[in-house]
Amino acid sequence: MKIDVNTLRKIAHLARLEFDEKGAEHMTKDMTQILDWVEKLNELDTSGVEPLTTMSSEENIMREDVVGEHLDHEKGLKNAPKRDSDYFRVPKVLE
Amino acid sequence: MIEETKTAPISTGIKGKYELVIGLEVHAQLLTNSKMYTSDSTAYGNLPNTNISVLTLGHPGTLPKVNKRAVEFAIRMGLACNCEITRRNIFSRKNYFYPDLPKGYQITQDKGPICVGGEVPITLGNGENKTVTLNRIHMEEDAGKSMHLAGETDTLVDFNRAGVPLIEIVTEPDMRSSEEAYQFLTEIKKLVRYLDICDGNMEEGSLRCDANISIMPKGSKTLGKKVEVKNMNSFRNVARAIEHEFDRQILLYENGEDIVSETRTFDATSGTTSSMRTKEDLNDYRYFPEPDLSPVVVSEEWLENIQNELPPLPRELFEKFVRDYDLPTYDAGVLTDSKEIALYFEALCQATQNYKAASNWLMGPVKSYLNELTLHIDDFPIKPEGIASLILLVDEGKVSFSVASQKIYPEMLKSAGRSPLEIAQSLNLIQDSDEDSIKPIIEQVLEESSGKVAEYRAGKKGLLGMFMGQVMKRSKGKADPKVANKILIELLEK
Repeated sequence: MKIDVNTLRKIAHLARLEFDEKGAEHMTKDMTQILDWVEKLNELDTSGVEPLTTMSSEENIMREDVVGEHLDHEKGLKNAPKRDSDYFRVPKVLE
Repeated sequence: MIEETKTAPISTGIKGKYELVIGLEVHAQLLTNSKMYTSDSTAYGNLPNTNISVLTLGHPGTLPKVNKRAVEFAIRMGLACNCEITRRNIFSRKNYFYPDLPKGYQITQDKGPICVGGEVPITLGNGENKTVTLNRIHMEEDAGKSMHLAGETDTLVDFNRAGVPLIEIVTEPDMRSSEEAYQFLTEIKKLVRYLDICDGNMEEGSLRCDANISIMPKGSKTLGKKVEVKNMNSFRNVARAIEHEFDRQILLYENGEDIVSETRTFDATSGTTSSMRTKEDLNDYRYFPEPDLSPVVVSEEWLENIQNELPPLPRELFEKFVRDYDLPTYDAGVLTDSKEIALYFEALCQATQNYKAASNWLMGPVKSYLNELTLHIDDFPIKPEGIASLILLVDEGKVSFSVASQKIYPEMLKSAGRSPLEIAQSLNLIQDSDEDSIKPIIEQVLEESSGKVAEYRAGKKGLLGMFMGQVMKRSKGKADPKVANKILIELLEK
């Protein structure tokens, strides 16, 4: 599968990553190679095989509905780039 | 950024050429104590950013763990809606960036929702019944709450709500009018409240609804392009938004313009919708299985336990009240509006056979007492047996309904536990049904107003009420009005 520059831009945007346009061609080549390599898996016939959704064989690891300890309010806000005494503050989001 | 669209009224003739197609997505906040994947409290109204944990805030290295009760609640809803319950459930990540979602993804169910298919029967205003088919019900988590205050350059974010368990109920594009959508929501609200899984409060956001609306020429089988409308905070506003979209889309169609498949927001003040232009033109959520959660497998035994603990459902009770208690559908509708009232009525009907009187008592004096003091039926001081003996007192002719409701009932409310008979006796309210003691009183009244008797006999039948009033006054209200009325007419017509 060939990755073109538009796809590269879209993926970067979805991941909120910025890149230097000069490196674009090199990156498309790299990504194409990675995908080609993974595509090798398609050589196997997996029809009739359920998709693997977890690496563990555990099932039903659940909690009872009990309230536990909370993170202290001050600690929770500590790493916020911007905050006030109650809230996290982010640049205005307009819908 | 927001484009306003005004629409001119459209003639019913033109409207009649189109069919309106509606599908709804309803989010219901589950009434669990703790969040969907963490043990933070779900309590509403706490100080901002106090119901938080490292997981809720999306810190690295944290592991989610599924709340068993939330799964049970989702299954309850599925059973109540006749869905097929998925036995092996996995969770997925829905990836997107938004400040109210610290992890950068929402843990939801993409493929294999816990409830598949299902249906919700509704009744329209004209009595017509219809079944709305469900596509799915799945489990997910809520986002935090953003506040965009006027005059504030920042958006404030509170993560108390982030991670609160939700179910999303998705219908097929099955509804054909705003009324059907309205009735569907009413039914969903009733169901979640009967099931005790959500408080159903749309104004406070514990029930939220998005509508997918499209039109197609009548007779067409191809659905038009759908428009998703958000931001409606009441059932009535959902109906208004649908009506507005119907008109707007017809107008575009008639003018040969394109209906754009987009997300629009409803403005309750103007009653119109407008486009929500986001930078993200194409939503690409890149769903993939959540690797941090193990599958939830619903065993036969677990399913059976949930099934056995299911309360009676509103529709079952409605049908029972009409069928077994012979109530008018109006009464049955009012009585099944809330589960607690319906169950009180059920208990009352175990104690009396006069079901219609039981219904009248509940819809009348009981409900007005509760409404007046904004009390819940659970706080109602009189037990069903008390109301039943009050009904019996009236049925036996010992007191009239008005004495029962105006004199005895208020005493019972004041001192719960006192029997109505005892109150009636102590207040000297037991009415006299004995013809031999009532007759002399009536004879005396007629004798004293012989002029009026003559007028009555000359045709002024309206005087009957005046005579009755005199008799009741003379008997200090204790003469059985039915008996007194009968004797009075006998003597007057003699």
